[in-house]
Amino acid sequence: MKDISLSIASPSAANPLQKMGAALTACAILCSIIAAFGVGKSHPLLFFFLITGLFISGGIFYSIPYFKAQAGIKNDGIMQNSLSSRGAIAWGIAILMTGFYIILYWFPYYLEGLIRTMDPLSMMLRGKASDQWFLYGAFYTLAVLIMGMRFIAKYKFSRYHIIRTISVMFFQLGFAFLLPAFLLKLNQPEFYFSYFWPLKYSYLFPNDLDYLIQSGNLGVFMVFWGLVMTFIATPILTYNFGKRWYCSWVCGCGALAETLGDPYRQNSDKSLKAWKIERWMVHSVLVFITLTTALLWLNSWKSGTILGDASGLFSQWYGFLIGSVFSGVIGTGFYPIMGSRVWCRFGCPMAAILGLFQRFKSKFRITTNGGQCISCGNCSTYCEMGIDVRAYAQKGENIIRASCVGCGVCSSVCPRGVLKLENLEEEGRFIPYIRHEDKK
Amino acid sequence: MNIVIIGNGITGITCARNIRKLDSNAFITVISEESEHFFSRTALMYIYMGHMKFEHTKPYEDWFWNKNRISLIRAYVKTLNSKDKTLHFDNGKSIAYDKLIIASGSIPNKFGWPGENLYGVQGLYSIQDLEQMERNTKNISSAVIVGGGLIGIEMAEMLHSRKIEVKMLIRENLYWSNILPREEAQLIGKHISAHGIDLRFNTELREIISDDQDRVKGVLTNTGEQFECQFVGLTAGVKPNIGFLEKHELETERGILINEYFETSIPDIYAAGDCAQFRNPKSGEPAVEQLWYTGKMQSETLARTICGDKSAYNRGIWFNSAKFFDLEYQTYGQVLPEINDQQKSFYWEHLNGKHAFRANYSNKDESILGFNFIGIRFRQAIAEDWIREHKTIDFVIQNLKKGWFDPEFSKAYYNDISHSYLQSLKGGNEE
Ligand SMILES: Cc1cc2nc3c(=O)[nH]c(=O)nc-3n(C[C@H](O)[C@H](O)[C@H](O)COP(=O)(O)OP(=O)(O)OC[C@H]3O[C@@H](n4cnc5c(N)ncnc54)[C@H](O)[C@@H]3O)c2cc1C
Ligand code: SF4
Ligand code: SF4
Repeated sequence: MKDISLSIASPSAANPLQKMGAALTACAILCSIIAAFGVGKSHPLLFFFLITGLFISGGIFYSIPYFKAQAGIKNDGIMQNSLSSRGAIAWGIAILMTGFYIILYWFPYYLEGLIRTMDPLSMMLRGKASDQWFLYGAFYTLAVLIMGMRFIAKYKFSRYHIIRTISVMFFQLGFAFLLPAFLLKLNQPEFYFSYFWPLKYSYLFPNDLDYLIQSGNLGVFMVFWGLVMTFIATPILTYNFGKRWYCSWVCGCGALAETLGDPYRQNSDKSLKAWKIERWMVHSVLVFITLTTALLWLNSWKSGTILGDASGLFSQWYGFLIGSVFSGVIGTGFYPIMGSRVWCRFGCPMAAILGLFQRFKSKFRITTNGGQCISCGNCSTYCEMGIDVRAYAQKGENIIRASCVGCGVCSSVCPRGVLKLENLEEEGRFIPYIRHEDKK
Repeated sequence: MNIVIIGNGITGITCARNIRKLDSNAFITVISEESEHFFSRTALMYIYMGHMKFEHTKPYEDWFWNKNRISLIRAYVKTLNSKDKTLHFDNGKSIAYDKLIIASGSIPNKFGWPGENLYGVQGLYSIQDLEQMERNTKNISSAVIVGGGLIGIEMAEMLHSRKIEVKMLIRENLYWSNILPREEAQLIGKHISAHGIDLRFNTELREIISDDQDRVKGVLTNTGEQFECQFVGLTAGVKPNIGFLEKHELETERGILINEYFETSIPDIYAAGDCAQFRNPKSGEPAVEQLWYTGKMQSETLARTICGDKSAYNRGIWFNSAKFFDLEYQTYGQVLPEINDQQKSFYWEHLNGKHAFRANYSNKDESILGFNFIGIRFRQAIAEDWIREHKTIDFVIQNLKKGWFDPEFSKAYYNDISHSYLQSLKGGNEE
């Protein structure tokens, strides 16, 4: 059968307020480009307020119709909109975002003008001039806050979504932006309390540990914090709540995916093939980073005699391939084409570990409510992790998958109230629903 | 064994899958004229509204059928020859069977209204209906829907998503009042109106008026009112799709007549799902079950019989669910629009009119008979256990929390409900 949705007309013209919001956002991007070409250097404050002001007002205008509308699922027209269904606009945004990452990582001097617009803020927060990473952090945080507001408006009927979105906004702003800046101002190591090994892989590398320990009491606490979070807190929290406690409540990558990435969540690939590739890739990355870390320790223990520079090279390559190309360029730049969680699904070693716990040793599951599923497909379509939720629900099975980040959107979009994210006792979570009449 | 199934809906496909699970050697062929692959009919509205594409409504990937050795044929079965056990298609080809399962589903009801065949007048059942609706509603501004059932409200929501003004003509004085008790019908009616749908109660279609190009331009009602519109949705129920059996000796009434083993009047021919009619339905159960859920349960039972484990159909405790714009509805057990003199009913409604709960129970021993939940999700297994085990209404109200299925952090209403129940005991103002 031909894809009949192609013959379906575009829905009635978008809301004028949303058009206005989109226009303001486009102006903000335009201003950023103008600033980058040098004007930002001569008028930093003007462009700082212009850019942030336009982004924020754009976000507000875009969200107003959601706040005003009747509460409920707001997915009308998603499959007919060029922005959300891999149309020309989506490709345009993907190219823009990918381009931004490439320039940011490898040609930051083209951003000089734009970086200078952040100087006033950077001086205030960190006591030193801005650089490309501060610019990136500021934009990133702004995106999480603005699109987080939009997400809250869209899902205003669900306290689960409101609370967890406020949580990711809080952790991004406080723990991933303000606190590290502040530490720098106090001449302390720039440390991110919301990232742990293996996502922030260097936090268990011998060099970083040495550096932290030598930087004083706070540095020692940071090492302690990192070890506790990786080896004690993570297993305990994941056992009790599933990987969601991190992936859709705390993590910055998750924060961007849940907010900026939300309009694209339906573009994740749900095929069995994609699932196979995912399992190979994400676990390979985990093996890679574990090996790298082990090698670095071995090497430092033998004072560099066994490997010489090889292990350093290994970690450099990891940083380039995984840290930059995968998590940034592909992971975020390809949102509009491959969905919002490409990195989290195929590349993140933290997600891989959390996933193993979640699958084999956790109280978390998405419960399927008896035989209520009508196989409509909304849940699978809107799962950003590409999980074919329906495949389980229509068999009366609970959904227990390593990759599920517990965003809860499948449960929200289900028109029959079939799905519930919950932490119950571990026993029996794999037992499917069987009709009383069919029990033998 | 060569098994041929007519219809690739939930009934036909569930049957095919379950036969394959029980018997790895059977030849299984599924025939359908509607679509190449099985899709979810219940999701048609979401394709129109742009929540999903047709691809997303297919519960199995396309490789699934080959892998499970289920052959698919896209053709229309024109005639059945039960003497030499063959089916003949409209394309001239034919196929032989050892066992035939008919799961041909439904078609929309038409009642011979004047003008029911005009351009712009249609029902909604198949993927072709959806494509037609797409063409029929292009650039139009107003529509009338005849009939206030579940497909009617879905159609209203679909049109509403394209900013088309919708009037619904409803024969009764409340929304879906042949199924819902008064309070629920009122609550849902209000919710639908709040979304801008114009509900016209006590109103029936008299005539559909055409312009000079055989296109609908309005409707005339029994109340003498005339409404302009460019689209009329006919959603006054569905009936078994058995036209192709008209000249055959297979016994039919409204649907294909079957016993509790899904056996028809001819050996080796079975029927199930929307197209089948039980000869002797159990008391209180309908003869024709036209639901996704029942299609699935019927065909699971039938697959066992086909594979040698003869099993009678037992639909178990009744349940159903639906969604009216943003209001979810779940029902378990028996909740009729009006209780009889052996029943009592407790009803609770939130002040905001978005959440409601009803429990019907027996006059004699206070045992629970059925539930309605609106704007509340509840565990099916628990509701069914309680009904099956004749738990008392007191027990049920005290233990509602156990079955609560709303998302985490949602406001829970079981305390409000229990409070209101105790209040009602004191005040004695039960219905
Ligand atoms: C818009 C809509 C929404 C619905 N929502 C719900 C819901 O929320 N919950 C619920 O429980 N139920 C719902 N239903 C009802 C439910 O979809 C049906 O009960 C169910 O699909 C019936 O399944 P079936 O397999 O018996 O028949 P069908 O799904 O109708 O399948 C029969 C197939 O057989 C084919 N066929 C028929 N005759 C021939 C022939 N001679 N030759 C070849 N092929 C033939 C037809 O083309 C069709 O594809 C809904 C129905 C509609 C239309
Ligand atoms: S399965 Fe549901 S909760 Fe898990 S990631 Fe997918 S949509 Fe989110
Ligand atoms: S959204 Fe709900 S009803 Fe639809 S397929 Fe998923 S679980 Fe089933």
